[in-house]
Amino acid sequence: MASVSLLFVTLLSVTLYINIKSFILWDQSQTFLPSLSDSVLMDRRFPFKVLEHIFSFVDSNEDRNSVSLVCKSWFETERRTRKRVFVGNCYAVSPLKVARRFPKMRSLTLKGKPHFADYNLVPDGWGGYAWPWIEAMAARRPLLEEIRLKRMVVTDECLEKIAASFRDFKSLVLTSCEGFSTDGIAAIASTCRKLRNLELRECIVDDLGGDWLSYFPETSTSLVSLDFSCLDSEVKLSDLERLLSRSPNLKSLKLNRSVTLDVLESLLRRAPQLVELGTGSFSDELDPEEISKLTKALSELKQLKSLSGLWDLLPEYIPVLYSVCPRLTSLNLSYATVQMPDLIDLLSRCSKLQKLWVMDLIEDKGLKTVALCCKELRELRVFPSGADLDETDVTLTEQGLVSVSEGCQKLESVLYFCVQFTNAALVSIAKNRPNFRCFRLCVMEPFAPDYRTQQPLDEGFKAIVERCKDLRRLSVSGLLTDKAFEYIGVHAKKLRMLSIAFAGDSDLMLHHLLSGCESLKKLEIRDCPFGDTALLENAAKLETMRSLWMSSCFVSFGACKQLSQKMPRLNVEVIDEHPPKTRPDSSPVERIYIYRTVAGPRLDTPEFVWTIHKKPEVGVSRLAIR
Amino acid sequence: MITELEMGKAESELELGLGLSLGGGTAAKIGKPGGGGAWGERGRLLTAKDFPSVGSKRAADSASHAGASPPRSSQVVGWPPIGSHRMNSLAAKSAREEEEAGKKKVDDDEPKDVAKKVQVGFIKVNMDGVAIGRKVDLNAHSSYENLAQTLEDMFFRSKPGTIGLTGQFTKPLRLLDGSSEFVLTYEDKEGDWMLVGDVPWRMFTTSVKRLRVMKTSEANGLAARHQEPNERQRKQPV
Repeated sequence: MASVSLLFVTLLSVTLYINIKSFILWDQSQTFLPSLSDSVLMDRRFPFKVLEHIFSFVDSNEDRNSVSLVCKSWFETERRTRKRVFVGNCYAVSPLKVARRFPKMRSLTLKGKPHFADYNLVPDGWGGYAWPWIEAMAARRPLLEEIRLKRMVVTDECLEKIAASFRDFKSLVLTSCEGFSTDGIAAIASTCRKLRNLELRECIVDDLGGDWLSYFPETSTSLVSLDFSCLDSEVKLSDLERLLSRSPNLKSLKLNRSVTLDVLESLLRRAPQLVELGTGSFSDELDPEEISKLTKALSELKQLKSLSGLWDLLPEYIPVLYSVCPRLTSLNLSYATVQMPDLIDLLSRCSKLQKLWVMDLIEDKGLKTVALCCKELRELRVFPSGADLDETDVTLTEQGLVSVSEGCQKLESVLYFCVQFTNAALVSIAKNRPNFRCFRLCVMEPFAPDYRTQQPLDEGFKAIVERCKDLRRLSVSGLLTDKAFEYIGVHAKKLRMLSIAFAGDSDLMLHHLLSGCESLKKLEIRDCPFGDTALLENAAKLETMRSLWMSSCFVSFGACKQLSQKMPRLNVEVIDEHPPKTRPDSSPVERIYIYRTVAGPRLDTPEFVWTIHKKPEVGVSRLAIR
Repeated sequence: MITELEMGKAESELELGLGLSLGGGTAAKIGKPGGGGAWGERGRLLTAKDFPSVGSKRAADSASHAGASPPRSSQVVGWPPIGSHRMNSLAAKSAREEEEAGKKKVDDDEPKDVAKKVQVGFIKVNMDGVAIGRKVDLNAHSSYENLAQTLEDMFFRSKPGTIGLTGQFTKPLRLLDGSSEFVLTYEDKEGDWMLVGDVPWRMFTTSVKRLRVMKTSEANGLAARHQEPNERQRKQPV
């Protein structure tokens, strides 16, 4: 018995060592671990203090990751000096390891669910729980000041724990998170005396009322940014007014929709130093005197650079915004249901605009104006305005994007929803703007070919990847054959993230991508007809990527098992309503999520997530029902 | 004509033909020996044939589809890829437009205001035991049978990209006559849950807010209506 446990302990330590080693050698396939004497030599030439000082100039985490691979001494120095820690997949590494590795950690950023969770493709209860991280940090890194979470499940307990454990806590930014209520927010507001940032971006919150706002300390606050735009319920005007009056450092304020237009003026008067403003609803009726007061209050915001909110903006209120337009660098009209002529009215005054989010109500004509007037534009997003997407009488076509690509020399990031497209347009766009870093085109009709030539959009996307050498992120759509992916594999060498839906013909599609795109880190695919071969042949590639998501493809359960066995440092998750074990190996699975990890198998998988480590289940699994 | 996998096909031989008939795309055939039965037809992709309006005029192709309407792009889960906050905002917006349209109109026989882009037609459908609901376009249907057929296709036939697959039922369901394990119910504008099928179709489409495919065993409180056909006859709307 004793020898068995000794063997087990030895195996465990060996495994742990290997794990730590892989943790160290994360990104690179080359390893460099010099002998002890080398590192001693390094110390003699570059004492820790000097190295530390040099590293303090290295900000980017990618650079820091590279630095930490040079030698042991650099690894040690780097880890002791890293303040901002970014973990792109919360299941790739254990919270404990991260806490131990970075003793000076002040800021932690985590991402949980896969991106397609935004579109309801990941069932509720899949995972992405913040609690283990917060617990680990609370115990080991009490000096943590900032927590930024994206697509994670955050409970009120998490928020209360944060409030109770980190005495210098300054910044909480939750994006697309869920699982908490306004009570948790109240805990943060009341307890974190040094709070600077409280931002809830597109979260799903159990909204129990607007009381949380009254929990901020009565004495002056240190708030710099406050974003509660995703909450539904009303906050008390007096609470808000008083909060603004005692927050002299507040630079960014994003109100929720229930803050009505008639009170906006009174709020702005108390915060003339704002740089970013997200208004509430912009559609209530105001009398002329109120309008003129609001106009004046807005014109007093001399520092204002960013404007958003503007829910249901009425055309008659557009002149109210004239005074801020010339200074604006960022404008989010994606909730403003304003039609094209009024949009032109507004946008023609925004000559400094760098970022524009707008609905397709802008139409081609409006985008032409943007091309003429907004010469500083770097980012454009055009969202659909109709929920009934098959029938739209808005004239936004591919021409709009072509005009903007012609007129705006600095344009580098695009998200464009359009009903149909042409190859010619894509080729023009690519020719005009080889400086694209992010190109996301969503042709909303699946399998839509070039509507003029009836050809697939292969040639169009070929132009994009050929010319835009710096392309980091790409979303393709429309009718695409395997050829399109051959082009992407050949040309898109800097591409890091690729999203595909309803495309391709066969396994070749996946093979081209996995064997060609050298920098690929995140690949997400839905409803494409490829199967096991390409996946298994390119298994090694998966360890160089953060994650791969596939849903409604033809990958079989047998292939998933094989992949899991072949690649122990990947977590292969099959997310399927029916437990795959009761099915033949050749049957296709609904969804697969594969990601590299040094943390080993997840221990918090729900019933409908299968991994190779799971014990056989009895009976039919049921999805978590809300 | 939605699926190329006919039920009657030999279970030992399953061919998933991807005929992309548009744009001169190649038609690749992937032959996969099926395991058999319900599992064999799972994981079927939506192909171009499922979106007949592609490349042609945008008219609803109801003539050639007996009973069931083809899946429109807005009925596929997670498509188009718009975040849920934005989706909710769009839905709320059209609900408000619908309300305003309703207030302004005296005659409310027409559920759809053609002048505005109103989403009156689409309503949510949830099924017991299925986490994620779907949406169905009432305007694309002309009768209860029509609607029941679509819902049966939605929840009981294989469609990828959804989680609502039960996959176990291979015979046609009878959602409307109470003979199957599930019944179809709806919530009307007053918030009451009723069995579908009692009122004339037109009246139904104006008063329905959302649908629910409920287990017959749980629909007991509503069962009374079903057992009294005479009373149903008498309850003609004014």
